[in-house]
Amino acid sequence: MSTPLLQASGLTMRFGGLTALDALDLTVNEGEILGLLGPNGSGKTTFFNVVTGLYAASAGTVLLDGQDLSRNTPQQVYRAGVTRTFQRSRLSLAMSVFDNVAIGNYQHMPLGLWTSLFRRAAFARDHDATVAKVAALLATFSEALAARMSEPASNLSMIDRRRVELCRALVSRPRLLLLDEPSAGMTHDETAELMDDILQVRGRLGNFTIVIIEHEMNVIERITDRCVVLNYGKKIAEGTYADITADAQVQIAYLGQEAAA
Amino acid sequence: MTMISITPLTTAPAAPRRALPLLLAAIALMTLYSWAVLRAEGQVAIFSLFGIAALAAVMLPRLGVHAPLQAAATAYPRVLGIGCVAGVLALLVAFHDTHFALLLMSTVMLYAVVGLGLNIQLGYCGIVNFAGAAFFGIGSYTAALLSTHSALPHLLILLIGGVMAAVIGSILILPVLRTRGHYAALVTIAFGILFKNFLEVNDTLGGPQGLKIPALHLFGWNFGNSIDLGTIEVSFYATFVLLTLLLCGVSFVLVRRLERSWIGLSMDMVRTDEVAAAVFGVAVARWKITAFTLGNFLVGLAGALYGMMTGYVAPNNFTFADSLILVSILILGGIGNPWGIIPAAAIVLILPEKLQFIQEYRFLLYAVLVIVILLFRPQGLLPRGVRSYFPGRGKA
Repeated sequence: MSTPLLQASGLTMRFGGLTALDALDLTVNEGEILGLLGPNGSGKTTFFNVVTGLYAASAGTVLLDGQDLSRNTPQQVYRAGVTRTFQRSRLSLAMSVFDNVAIGNYQHMPLGLWTSLFRRAAFARDHDATVAKVAALLATFSEALAARMSEPASNLSMIDRRRVELCRALVSRPRLLLLDEPSAGMTHDETAELMDDILQVRGRLGNFTIVIIEHEMNVIERITDRCVVLNYGKKIAEGTYADITADAQVQIAYLGQEAAA
Repeated sequence: MTMISITPLTTAPAAPRRALPLLLAAIALMTLYSWAVLRAEGQVAIFSLFGIAALAAVMLPRLGVHAPLQAAATAYPRVLGIGCVAGVLALLVAFHDTHFALLLMSTVMLYAVVGLGLNIQLGYCGIVNFAGAAFFGIGSYTAALLSTHSALPHLLILLIGGVMAAVIGSILILPVLRTRGHYAALVTIAFGILFKNFLEVNDTLGGPQGLKIPALHLFGWNFGNSIDLGTIEVSFYATFVLLTLLLCGVSFVLVRRLERSWIGLSMDMVRTDEVAAAVFGVAVARWKITAFTLGNFLVGLAGALYGMMTGYVAPNNFTFADSLILVSILILGGIGNPWGIIPAAAIVLILPEKLQFIQEYRFLLYAVLVIVILLFRPQGLLPRGVRSYFPGRGKA
């Protein structure tokens, strides 16, 4: 086993009377692809939202490389090297494809008012470097997509929007990528294509760590090294795809007591 | 990573043949039209001019002139800018002895500066400011007080007018950061109303009667003096036209640069999706504060110069209705597009003036016109397009 990249201990998130995460212990190892499974409402997306700093955990800690992230703002989590995609596509549709990807590079942007207004030549150099970077990244997904960089994102098909979202999350070269149900809203074939893309890009950019929330079991079987199953905010099973599908608790959670028996 | 040929994002689409003459002709026509409107006095003349505008608005897209013109404007942004400045100068020469036309032109350009300020707030960062008239008033009152009670150079006073608007606006930053959309709008409405009531009851600031403002002195020149060029007499408003043109031009260029920088991208991200912005590291509060402060500075600066130009300031000019008119300039022009602000400011200011002869019905007609424009062009006269950081790059 390699060293843990992300370690959640006793992570709890309560919304009023509802406990979305219940003393969750979860470890993500450096370089692995971890599948996060569970029925609707089991706390998967809540886990992402807590890790990325959108929610402040009610209790517990999240360590990234030993550094506590659980009280950090989303901006600090991003700087620490964690990016994500969203279950529902969250692109700014009126903006260009380039703009949507470039914002992922925020931490490297010169943002001074003086530079932006009065040093246009310096800005132009940074702009051109960013254009090259974004174009190269888009091209690793598809040359055709890279050629459409200056079009508004609203012109793109669902699968291309997903690709743009992935590029936005990857352009800053994160250590940990959180994918929230990338297959949502796509056909089986498109999902398979997107997974090919993800594996291929990961091969090129170096084996960054991925946590993926997914309901499509063939996706999970194909790309994950290890899986964790949540139910009512608790971890009920952990192991390889074969381990968890054979697990009685998991069968009960998904199919009900009688069917599993 | 493999190297690929990079699609040039920065070069504009190939401009159609004869794009440049088309653009120049359009600018000349607009100048000519503005000249005709500014000098029109009779009811027949005014109504036929408005008729021509309405007809042009309907016919132009059908004649197929619209698309090439837009392409030409994108391909030669500098020509467009210089052309507009030349147009204003031509109008200045034509109306050199007409006080009212020059006053109207200066006012349009000052309102355009206000529009640019509000555009940073609403168009880029998504902060609705319904207290525009109040910040404009802060600039005017600052100019009135400082030029009466201090010996500060007037250029400095104008800048302090903008700074005061930004500083007093910072009172609103906390509530604006903590609320969103309609709620933030309510905060600014409350501030605008409070401001006007405060002016009315405050005797030091002249109460409901307001204050007089001494003539503007800049670079050793008294802006209240009329100008004699040999045999030609030039209205004292001519220097105000030059000054407001300078202010408007500089503000325009800087606002465009702001939009076409990573700051503009960050502000757009804050407006379109605050959650996604935060997840990708965008400092949401920083950009909201920047947009709000810069916007109020421009509004206050324009207010200070307006006060110096009219020589008088009173609370009645800074009502909630005035703030609504300022916001309507943005909506009419196309939110987020600085180019839309200029024609919109001209329509909003000149139309009611030219319709004096139908007395108070003019406001009714004006309201109908705004509704009709938005009915047929809900995105405004000149909707904002996708950002291009260096438009016209590679062209002369």
